[in-house]
Amino acid sequence: MFRNVAELIALTEEHSCSIAEIMIELEMKATDRTREEIRAQMGRNLDVMEQAVERGLAGVKSHSGLTGGDAVKLKAYMNSGRGLSGDTLLDAVCKAIATNEVNAAMGMICATPTAGSAGVVPGTLFALREKLNPSRDEMIDYLFTSGAFGLVAANNASISGAAGGCQAEVGTASGMAAASIVALAGGTPKQSAQGMAIALKNLLGLVCDPVAGLVEVPCVKRNAMGAAVAMMAADMALAGIESVIPCDEVIDAMYRIGQTMPVALKETAQGGLAATPTGEKLKKQIMQ
Amino acid sequence: MKYRSVFDIIGPIMVGPSSSHTAGAAKIGRLARSIFGRQPQSVHISLYGSFAETYKGHATDVALIGGLLDYEPDDVRLPEAPRYAEEAGMAVTITTEEAVPDHPNTARIRMQDERDNMEIVGISIGGGKVEICELNGFPLQLSGTCPAILIVNEDRFGVVAAVTQLLSREQVNIGNMKVSRKEKGERALMIIETDERMKQPLLDEINQLAGVIRVLRMED
Repeated sequence: MFRNVAELIALTEEHSCSIAEIMIELEMKATDRTREEIRAQMGRNLDVMEQAVERGLAGVKSHSGLTGGDAVKLKAYMNSGRGLSGDTLLDAVCKAIATNEVNAAMGMICATPTAGSAGVVPGTLFALREKLNPSRDEMIDYLFTSGAFGLVAANNASISGAAGGCQAEVGTASGMAAASIVALAGGTPKQSAQGMAIALKNLLGLVCDPVAGLVEVPCVKRNAMGAAVAMMAADMALAGIESVIPCDEVIDAMYRIGQTMPVALKETAQGGLAATPTGEKLKKQIMQ
Repeated sequence: MKYRSVFDIIGPIMVGPSSSHTAGAAKIGRLARSIFGRQPQSVHISLYGSFAETYKGHATDVALIGGLLDYEPDDVRLPEAPRYAEEAGMAVTITTEEAVPDHPNTARIRMQDERDNMEIVGISIGGGKVEICELNGFPLQLSGTCPAILIVNEDRFGVVAAVTQLLSREQVNIGNMKVSRKEKGERALMIIETDERMKQPLLDEINQLAGVIRVLRMED
């Protein structure tokens, strides 16, 4: 098992193979299952992600009524040709929103790495399917690459909003997605690590402050932002830009920031947006 | 390392909205039921920390009840678990606690029927991964990712050896083992995680050993 990103990259160099391949090999050893079984399980995750995107694009509404329908709006706006950010980026944002709207509506999703941050990795993946036309196997590899970087963040920092704030959830998801985008676009494992570092750096300090404690406001829009940051970070890494602070040190910084973050800003719905006048008012309405 | 499988990160497939507060809660409920050995008749759940603050929005209570009904986190019946619990004759009460727990996502579950009662504390550590950290006042660490047995025994020499001897005879490999006790010479708890699933006759035999008070099995 790799203990950090540096060891993960060293393994890919030692064996001249991809990050996804290292992850699959380790999973085979750890769980005593065949490559086919492991790939098939990841394929099922991929299918659930695709169904969630489709459901969100068709339009859903959460029980509280706070979220739902924004993926539909963004899709229509994109189709109008008026979008400013470019189609791939907007599509990633749109599909990230779609996934998280389904999650908020108690629909079926695949946690990546958590449910609250489940939109970022599939959002970017299904947007890039339009752009890069990957095979199913390449899409499954995308998820193994994300998983490898997510494992390091989970073990060396946290992927729980209650323990580390939103930086641990959407921050980690954005880093995972950036690393996978780089790999899918043909970048090196080192560039993937740069992508993760750049994305996560930009989300350090992000608090978890859900209105009324619901995984809706601001979670859905933070997934949109996580997908956008992932695309930006991947493009930067592919351009050859490097993070001055190495990926493992960024992950360590995320952990230490999470440790010192006030409890009110770690999924307790006591601070931040949850404690705004509108946040408090919505909470009263919903809890009635 | 807490996370070893890629599917701890990409997964689980689950009913929303929260991996820690919904899927994790369902898993804690299901583990509690598994250790209890059957569906309890009455359950009292105490919620702490973030669980106490935000359980309504995350359906943490609903998910814990679903788990106690043996539902997996991706079971479509999960959102309606309280209704199914009522139909199944399982009475559930829920309270929120002020006390600050070691981990922010903590639930204490007291289960009861006419034969037995048991108290379990579970924590949800993120991404749907959980641990059982207390059983009837004994501290322990159990993730439910491999088969395990929990043995309550008298705290004296030879009991641990007698148990491991039987496992050795049946060629069961121990992956993890922990012994703990509350007071010297009183009752102790053995947690044994194994690579192979243990058959009921072996568990019965362990139960017959001198010094063994009770054997519980946890299914993975």
